[in-house]
Amino acid sequence: MAYLDHAATTPMLPEAVQAMTAQLALTGNASSLHAAGRRARRTVEESRESLAAALGARPSEVVFTSGGTEADNLAVKGLFWARRDADPARTRVLASPVEHHAVLDAVHWLGEHEGATVEYLPVDAYGRVHADALREAIARNPDDVALVTVMWANNEIGTIMPVHELAGVAAEFGIPVHADAVQAFGQLELDFAASGLAAMTVSGHKVGGPYGIGALLLGRQYTPVPVQHGGGQERHVRSGTLDVPAVAAFAVAGTLAAERREAHAREVGALRDELVEAVLAAVPDAVLGGDPDPAGRLPANAHFSFPGCEGDSLLLLLDARGIECSTGSACTAGVAQPSHVVLATGTDPDLARGTLRFSFGHTSSRADVRAVADAIGPVVERARSAGLS
Amino acid sequence: MTDSLGFPGAPDPTAPRKGLRVLAAMSGGVDSAVAAARAAEAGHDVTGVHLALSANPQSFRTGARGCCTIEDSRDARRAADVIGIPFYVWDLAERFREDVVDDFIAEYEAGRTPNPCLRCNEKIKFAALLDKALALGFDAVCTGHYATVVLKDDGSRELHRASDMAKDQSYVLGVLDEKQLAHAMFPLGDTLTTKEEIRAEAERRGLAVAKKPDSHDICFIADGDTQGFLAKHLGTAEGDIVDESGAKVGTHEGAYGFTIGQRKGLRIGHPAPDGKPRYVLDISPVNNTVTVGPVEALDVIALTAIKPRWCGVAPAGPGTYTAQLRAHGGETEVTAEPVDGPELRVSFAEPVRGVAPGQAIVLYDGTRVVGSATIATTVRAARATQDA
Repeated sequence: MAYLDHAATTPMLPEAVQAMTAQLALTGNASSLHAAGRRARRTVEESRESLAAALGARPSEVVFTSGGTEADNLAVKGLFWARRDADPARTRVLASPVEHHAVLDAVHWLGEHEGATVEYLPVDAYGRVHADALREAIARNPDDVALVTVMWANNEIGTIMPVHELAGVAAEFGIPVHADAVQAFGQLELDFAASGLAAMTVSGHKVGGPYGIGALLLGRQYTPVPVQHGGGQERHVRSGTLDVPAVAAFAVAGTLAAERREAHAREVGALRDELVEAVLAAVPDAVLGGDPDPAGRLPANAHFSFPGCEGDSLLLLLDARGIECSTGSACTAGVAQPSHVVLATGTDPDLARGTLRFSFGHTSSRADVRAVADAIGPVVERARSAGLS
Repeated sequence: MTDSLGFPGAPDPTAPRKGLRVLAAMSGGVDSAVAAARAAEAGHDVTGVHLALSANPQSFRTGARGCCTIEDSRDARRAADVIGIPFYVWDLAERFREDVVDDFIAEYEAGRTPNPCLRCNEKIKFAALLDKALALGFDAVCTGHYATVVLKDDGSRELHRASDMAKDQSYVLGVLDEKQLAHAMFPLGDTLTTKEEIRAEAERRGLAVAKKPDSHDICFIADGDTQGFLAKHLGTAEGDIVDESGAKVGTHEGAYGFTIGQRKGLRIGHPAPDGKPRYVLDISPVNNTVTVGPVEALDVIALTAIKPRWCGVAPAGPGTYTAQLRAHGGETEVTAEPVDGPELRVSFAEPVRGVAPGQAIVLYDGTRVVGSATIATTVRAARATQDA
């Protein structure tokens, strides 16, 4: 079996499993005052400190959530409400059109239900937002912008955004910027303090931690209106009893991901380069998605469009040969649609139907690359004969 | 046996049907789930597929992602996971709308009574789906229909009624030709069990759909209101209901809303002179008129059918068969002869009632399906009326 879908989820690190199982055997609500509560709280706060260290943030800037989706919702909706409450003129939301659905659907919802004007920033053929485009959009009326949200790196095509530059532009106008860094964590250097961001989303299960845990890195001066109300945990912006075992395991995985980042990026980057070469050799008309410059894309990401193929057909044929990858856009309801990311890069809609994303992780090996290299030619030929339905 | 691409090649037609690559169409219901499970248990390499056939967005999405019946798709996926087979959802909504739904509406508009399930088998399941399956290297498409495929010594295949006549669905498969049959697999066909036993089998296999209610309705009319569906697409147009003499006895809101032989829902104010119930005898979309009359006037002695499809070689001359004229209908003795056109001329040994143009006539030789055609015109016993 060749697992090449680490961007969907990656196996838990043994160290994280160990931390989690140790905590599962213990009792304690981190909000309780007695000894069991104090024990749990100590674990949570130590975890918060290590994650903060791994991400260049202060411990108080780490707000634990149930995952990336919740962190994105809290940042986008919460900051929008807070900024609009402070000044009713602020109703404009600037977002990249290549965001993950957790951001895209949240800003869309603000437009449908909260009177927001959602403006999608232009992207180039690699799906990248440029600083001058952001400046132009803000400058049209700096007073009505509630927030800017642009992901650190794209989950489908791997394109890295110029986050520092974008945050710098917004800062000139005093506008907060949120970045979904779920895919970037563990592959790129993330320094929250240096980034100039107001908020940044990270997730546990993408870095070898457990599912169901994530965090919003949130600058101390920001108080988003909560999405979830209750007991006032996590700076009163995210209520709910903390999942201590998940928090502990996330901290272990996140710390290791940051520590091992450079070596990891080098290793998966080399595998990725080999895979790209092999796929383009076997299928000369395949189109590499995203930035062809390795410095401009996530080292673990390779994305292709195969002319005349249905992505689903490719997936089915590869799955039958033990190769697990993705078309790039998972749909829980099941019906595959051309990816909004690929379409936003100006790709022809028919070509956009035949996409595959291969993503590497800490368990990847050259055997995985060889499996794809052997299979991709005949699989594409076969999928092509089935055509586009 | 592999082909040049390293995939399993075309099966030897005389080889035992084992170890094939099978695509199981899974609706989310109990029958297709058990069929897929049986195919997997028989040693085939089975992949499940749910067909998304309508594009109703049911959840809030920024993209134009739509999906039909998310619940059915989830049930099918759940069953596939329990059986332990890969599962995909294929979007055939566009093909389905063109080939089945639009045709359904157009047929009603023309005063005929279509059978969309038959049409779906002909155009979607054993055409669009089968073609794609074969192109992807599958050997067969498997469904939960109750019918039997018999492999002859010479490698040819015959379609027969299911072992259990009460559940037989060969009627809606009567449109399949031999090439389609060669790639069809109906694992429930030899089931001599009640529906309860199929449910028990599903239960035993751990399939959660075991308790799911049967679906009888037309799948693209979720609320079962065919009249409402047609009214939405065709609008309403008030017209006359007349008796056989042409005298007006009531009004209707669209001639398309009626079926030959229909008795209920006519809403005729005053009773017939003889006090007997009246039935729809004719539908005339041209002048938007529905003719009603006594039950005897429904007796049909002959019909002409178009677009014949033969399962095997077309008969050269007239022959005696048993015929089925609608889903769940009984059998009747006929003489049928293919004529140029191509058409099929059929005469009945005994008059039959409730024959609606648009429905299929399926001819049988014993339990074997010989062929099918779409009923175009009928000849009444009482008066040689030609239905449009």
